[in-house]
Amino acid sequence: MHPYLFLAIFCLAALVFALAPLAIAWLWARFFSPRKPGAVKNANYECGLDAQPTGWVQFKFEYYLYGIIFLIFDVETMFLLPFAAAFKGLSVAACFAMLLFVLLLAEGLAWAWARGILALK
Amino acid sequence: MNQQPQNDLTRQGVVLTTVEDLYNWGRKNSLWPLQFGLACCAIEMIAASMARFDIARFGAEVFRPSPRQADLMIVSGTITKKMAPQVVRLFNQMPEPKYVIAMGSCAISGGPFRDGYNVLQGIDLYLPVDIYIPGCPPRPEALLEGLIHLQQKIAGQRLTGPERPRHLDANAPGEFPVPEFGPHDLVGPRLHEDA
Repeated sequence: MHPYLFLAIFCLAALVFALAPLAIAWLWARFFSPRKPGAVKNANYECGLDAQPTGWVQFKFEYYLYGIIFLIFDVETMFLLPFAAAFKGLSVAACFAMLLFVLLLAEGLAWAWARGILALK
Repeated sequence: MNQQPQNDLTRQGVVLTTVEDLYNWGRKNSLWPLQFGLACCAIEMIAASMARFDIARFGAEVFRPSPRQADLMIVSGTITKKMAPQVVRLFNQMPEPKYVIAMGSCAISGGPFRDGYNVLQGIDLYLPVDIYIPGCPPRPEALLEGLIHLQQKIAGQRLTGPERPRHLDANAPGEFPVPEFGPHDLVGPRLHEDA
């Protein structure tokens, strides 16, 4: 007999223990409890009121632009502040790395500017 | 099985039962009411759920905020005609088996507001009420007694046969017609005509 066989038996018992009530409930519903779907029963739950308007609304995906601009300004500030505070103790390489990071974000800003997203409409 | 051996077995600590009894025993002791109140009776219902009266002793303390998980609708209070369609719609959205307790004079007949232009003359015009609890408002003890009566009613329900309850009968309705607002009154089919 394999020494780990009893673990397999335990796993099987656990599975049966979990699935048997579900199976009994399923069988019970199948043989005794008829399904009664209906228009009101299947409707959205809205505290008893008719749901209005419909859930099919158009979502403006242009909001990603605001997401990008938020990232540029907010994340930049978050990193620039510690950068400025630790500026004196930094090595040249660290300064260049940070400038590269700022350049990446500035690139995004330039792109947004060129597309005219920054203009108030 | 006749009564005598069952008693002998019971004396030995063996319990015999039927599927029907076990099913009903489980159902009657785990009624989950819909968390829903209409007027002053709802305050008594809340009191019944708190420590002093403690509806949890009867397994009905799990007030569910969604009709999808509720078994029991306690219509606790005055039903205005403006509110009636919502009440019926909520009942329709509950899964079977489902029960209705009409708590207080207003839910039974309109109570002191019966002749009012805006009050429904009893929720049994639109819903199949199982238990009526009179009072204005009924005390929490009265609600508990109504609950016990409902439990007795559930315990007596048959699993099969022509007298089986609505939720076991495929031909019985699961939804009840929701009244609509007409020019002067609620319009739509009623379960019975008011006297």
